[in-house]
Amino acid sequence: MASFFNIQHSKPAPKHSVDPALQPWVEKYRPKTIDDVSAQEHTIAVLQKTLTSTNLPHMLFYGPPGTGKTSTILALSRQLFGPDNFRNRVLELNASDERGISIVREKIKNFARQTPRAQAVASDGKTYPCPPYKIIILDEADSMTQDAQGALRRIMETYARITRFCLVCNYVTRIIEPLASRCSKFRFTPLDSASTSARLSQIATAEHIPLDPSVISTLISISSGDLRRSITYLQSASRLSASTSPPTPITALDIQEIAGVVPDAIIADFARALGVESTTEYMDVDDGQRGVKGFERVKKKVKGLMREGYSASQILSQLHDHLIPHPTVTARQKSECALAFAEADKALCDGADEELWILEVGLRVHKAVSS
Amino acid sequence: MSLWVDQFRPKTLDDLHYHESLSARLKSLAASGDFPHMLFYGPSGAGKKTRISCTLRQLFGTGVEKLKIDQRVFLSPSKRKLEVNIVQSNFHIEITPSEAGNFDRVVIQELLKEIAQTQQVDLNAKQRFKVVIINEADSLSRDAQAALRRTMEKYMSNMRIILCANSTSRLIAPIKSRCLLMRVAAPTSDEMHQVLAHIAKKKKFDLPPEIAQEIIDDSGGNLRKAILVFEALKMQSPDFSGSLTIAKPDWETYCHKVADLIIQEQSPARVMEVRAKFYELLSHCIPPTVILKTVAERVVDRVDEALKPDIMHWAAIYEVRMRQGNKKIYHLEAWVVKVMSIYKHFFYDIDMGAFD
Ligand SMILES: Nc1ncnc2c1ncn2[C@@H]1O[C@H](COP(=O)(O)OP(=O)(O)OP(=O)(O)O)[C@@H](O)[C@H]1O
Ligand SMILES: [Mg+2]
Repeated sequence: MASFFNIQHSKPAPKHSVDPALQPWVEKYRPKTIDDVSAQEHTIAVLQKTLTSTNLPHMLFYGPPGTGKTSTILALSRQLFGPDNFRNRVLELNASDERGISIVREKIKNFARQTPRAQAVASDGKTYPCPPYKIIILDEADSMTQDAQGALRRIMETYARITRFCLVCNYVTRIIEPLASRCSKFRFTPLDSASTSARLSQIATAEHIPLDPSVISTLISISSGDLRRSITYLQSASRLSASTSPPTPITALDIQEIAGVVPDAIIADFARALGVESTTEYMDVDDGQRGVKGFERVKKKVKGLMREGYSASQILSQLHDHLIPHPTVTARQKSECALAFAEADKALCDGADEELWILEVGLRVHKAVSS
Repeated sequence: MSLWVDQFRPKTLDDLHYHESLSARLKSLAASGDFPHMLFYGPSGAGKKTRISCTLRQLFGTGVEKLKIDQRVFLSPSKRKLEVNIVQSNFHIEITPSEAGNFDRVVIQELLKEIAQTQQVDLNAKQRFKVVIINEADSLSRDAQAALRRTMEKYMSNMRIILCANSTSRLIAPIKSRCLLMRVAAPTSDEMHQVLAHIAKKKKFDLPPEIAQEIIDDSGGNLRKAILVFEALKMQSPDFSGSLTIAKPDWETYCHKVADLIIQEQSPARVMEVRAKFYELLSHCIPPTVILKTVAERVVDRVDEALKPDIMHWAAIYEVRMRQGNKKIYHLEAWVVKVMSIYKHFFYDIDMGAFD
């Protein structure tokens, strides 16, 4: 144990010594100011005002992953307090810290003890508003227990004079109403294509990598508004393409592979086994299954998909996208399929066995289209 | 003498047999310094763990192979003591959170914090970060997953996480968003042939192709299983002569018996008989999902085409219920009753409409 946990508690790793070339891009390109945050125009406009008036309400940020919630509050805090005061004015607690309410209370009490004093000029020569309160960020607040949230109400009131709270979460419904109603709510939406595209291009330019429009559009469609994901994919793809000699440009296919997307031909082939005739002339995957029909054929296909390791939710969503616009499947058949998809999605969220449910969907689609 | 599965486990990315492009990708990532958090997923026996340890070796050199196993004690919120085994080297640490049961969150939280606050002390270390491997990540509780979210970002400068899971469906979106996904598919039949042939060559004997094929067909893409069976067969008959049979595990034979019981007779008395057999299986720690799937597949093999979809449909339904419920046996039994009734009605050609 000794060698591994050679703890130097007093000195957490100095954050800024990281060689920027080796930093993951998601961190390297984390917005430094709130103006730098893409999309979320409404939120930014409101926060911009609070920056000038320096009067901050308690806030609740919510929205899906990778849409800029954490980035925004960190950037805002930094702009308010500057690099010198950031440490003693901003307290960040998250779900990975012990969040028993007594501990939260203790931490907040200690943190909020000294009344902050404004200081005009920072070491970097700039002036920061440095308003006379401290900010407490409770990231991932949705994983706090109801009791803890209840107790938090009192704490917020007790220290209202010298603290502002910012709760950050993915699922706003998990925040109890009395707590939510004390905060100004800001909804972070999945990033639109234009903003994603602009951000990705900006990063690509900064990193000197050529980026094909088809790659960008693939990234957009795969990440469905999660900018963190598209940036991670882009970085891995660029790493891979740079490692071949000579370096090859990134292709849309690379991105699909990295993102775990099932190749279209495989989905089309699966659909065909279910009795959905193909619309495009994908190469027939000859699996020696021509003669086999019905149940056995569907089962074999499902087993094959599972062996490939594709995730069930990915298969479902792609099969869905394949079926819904399909020209020869009737509306009635489609609605029967839709029922199966919905049930399977729920079951998978409840942790059901993937193979059983892909098979279930397969069989039901098969039945629907052959009736 | 170690088992062949261990003896012939590849040690470096270059030694790995199949999925060359995946190995190449891992190699370039390991060389890059901006190594991301990763999530390896794929069916069991496809070689996820092997690939992970090869990647570690690529990252840190042979030092990662010096493993120690430690038992650590954690305190649950109610001050109960939790003992968890931890495998580690100077560069990485490996945990299987399901060992901590309901308190996986505490364990993850404590460990990661500890690691995040330590710095790489070995000045010759190739990387500035340490790696935390979390096995069976898909069995992490929601709480534990939530606890990972910000930690993964905050301590990125001196820690990387590698998650290993069978599937990604049970992981929450914010976690997936923070990882690079690595799919490890099961090897194809040809690829398995190569691996088996490689072992035979190292051991200096000939492996008849039809025996190899039999092993591979039996394995269902699980290379670990294939190699284990291969070694067992070789012990059974060193020159692969005579009639070789691949022994099925006892529980599987037992499940098949259950299936046969269901098909032979459909009666309350038979339900009780089957129930006793389920108890037997459960008490031997065979996962209930495996029991249900194995029995269902056998039943389906032996009934009329028209019944198959229905039987699998109810297997799917009762499997979810089983996960959400408390008593596994209720749901296994309910499925049996359902299957018997479907079967009987079909047999006597009774209009099923009235029973839906
Ligand atoms: N609106 C945005 N503008 C610019 N960059 C963004 C934006 N949203 C996300 N990013 C990028 O993605 C990374 C992650 O964003 P951030 O941590 O703010 O997400 P989050 O909304 O807090 O997600 P989670 O809910 O998973 O915590 C950032 O480092 C940044 O690079
Ligand atoms: Mg966040």
